[in-house]
Amino acid sequence: MTAAQPISRSRPSPRGAAIDPLFKAACLAAATMLLAALAGILITLTIGGWPALSTFGLNFFTTARWDPVAGVFGGLGPIAGTLISSVLALLFSLPIAFGVAVFLVEFCPTLLRRPIGVAVELLAGIPSIVYGMWGLFVFAPFFANTIEVPIMTAAPDGSFWQQLTTGVPNGANVLTASIVLAIMILPYMAAVLRELFLTVPPQLRESGYGMGSTTYEVVTKISLPYVRRSAVGAVMLGLGRALGETMAVTFIIGNSHDVPTSLFASGSTIASTIANEFNEATSPMHSAALIALGLVLFLITFVVLAIARALLGAERQA
Amino acid sequence: MASLRRVRRTVVDGAFTGFCWVVTGVALFALGLILWSLATQGFGGLNLNVFALPTEPSGSPGGLMNAIVGSIVTCLLAMIMAVIVGVLAGTWLAEYGGESLYAKVIRFLNDILLSAPSVLVGLFVYNILVAHVIGHFSAIAGAVALALIAVPIITRTTEDVLKLQPTALRESGVALGTPRWTAIRKILWRSAASGILTGGLLAFARISGETAPLLFTALGNQYFSVGLHEPMLGLTQPIAALPLVIFQYAMSPYDDWQHLAWTGALIVAAAVLGTNILARIVTRERRPS
Repeated sequence: MTAAQPISRSRPSPRGAAIDPLFKAACLAAATMLLAALAGILITLTIGGWPALSTFGLNFFTTARWDPVAGVFGGLGPIAGTLISSVLALLFSLPIAFGVAVFLVEFCPTLLRRPIGVAVELLAGIPSIVYGMWGLFVFAPFFANTIEVPIMTAAPDGSFWQQLTTGVPNGANVLTASIVLAIMILPYMAAVLRELFLTVPPQLRESGYGMGSTTYEVVTKISLPYVRRSAVGAVMLGLGRALGETMAVTFIIGNSHDVPTSLFASGSTIASTIANEFNEATSPMHSAALIALGLVLFLITFVVLAIARALLGAERQA
Repeated sequence: MASLRRVRRTVVDGAFTGFCWVVTGVALFALGLILWSLATQGFGGLNLNVFALPTEPSGSPGGLMNAIVGSIVTCLLAMIMAVIVGVLAGTWLAEYGGESLYAKVIRFLNDILLSAPSVLVGLFVYNILVAHVIGHFSAIAGAVALALIAVPIITRTTEDVLKLQPTALRESGVALGTPRWTAIRKILWRSAASGILTGGLLAFARISGETAPLLFTALGNQYFSVGLHEPMLGLTQPIAALPLVIFQYAMSPYDDWQHLAWTGALIVAAAVLGTNILARIVTRERRPS
């Protein structure tokens, strides 16, 4: 009787197994870099902007006197300009983007559906500086001559309309900036909304048509309720994009630090102020004030984007 | 009554249909108008000098050569960094992170970073690299800023395409007794290659048109700043970039500079469109849409 040989249960580990934990650590480190980047942005903006925030306190948010010579900085002008231009842009582009998306899903001849859809998606990728240049050289002069001047002369004295349309008719103002911004976010919003409408199960829509509904009723009573949450998320994404947009606006908003009181008044946004002044900041306090503005922009966009992501939920749209 | 209601429904539906048609027409018209002015204003100035001569003061014949080279150098540098970090981060999210809390947080932050204002990324890199680590404006700082914008895009696409790979692929790696990292490298990455490439191309298209993050990092340079004879290949010097030159020239009062700006914008737009189309072609091989 031979003694049973103990069976060796260990086998040589495969080549390179030792690197396995290293690779996992490298992947984890790369993922952590994303966290570090966002935290880094928040921390550096807070530290860099602190001198301005602690010196001016609440006045930084409530006054509009931006005076690098006297060293007094109130950010209300750019903050208000950012919110006004973004919201206006959203108001202009939302109905159009909605119409384009519905058109592509419901009405478009099959032959054109793909080309137009692709074109809209490609246009969403055009760099914003191109939109800015077009706004500066083509749109602003046209708008000033054919729209601003007639409207300003037609506005009755002392009326609300006159208040809304006072300014220098040179095309560089809050309204033109909002329109260029609206054109810029339009393809993006249309593409996202179209993607959303395509997620509506065909059976649902067809059952609507089967009941004799018109297209209008199918869109408003079946498709829209189905994608409601995500659609609001998509709109918030568009808003986030408009809020942070720099170049398209810098070209055309007129760069004045006053709170815009009329549609034809020049203004500024946070991003355009930073882009214009940061490299030429005259004093440490000037830089700090600009960085503090950056912090405000970061917080606003963070909240908007966070809401957008929460609403878009699991079916994350690009 | 019934017929009145029917008329109302028909009218509302007709108005809605008309609205959608008109609005699409207006949108396509506006966007077409932009492309048309870009083409008419840009093509006129397009000649060999644009690619052969560096930027010159207004009045003397100049081109965009240093800006084009500068853009290519910064974007390539940025892509090298972004692909390494982005692919690894995406791999972690898809293969290791799963549904853990940390993975969810990273995924959420990545989505935020994806649409964060690019001018703030520029400010961040300025505060770290330009103000402290390097001490002055440089091509490297510009590349890092662009990489920060490209990473979330690559991370996102990498994670998405890896998740599309069937579990059987991962199991086949396990069955062969390969370590996990080998299975990921040699099986998963390979079968997801076209998707990852698409992500890279999209990221490249995005950063090649970015201006704002370069303003406070690469700064721009009137001269040709990179070369083998330069210390550190010239990468620690401020570098010219096409979007920066476009911005500077478009805002200038000189006619010849403004024409060059249009030509530059045409080149940038063509590069971005071309890359995006390439990305679509790469994707189409994978999934018909």
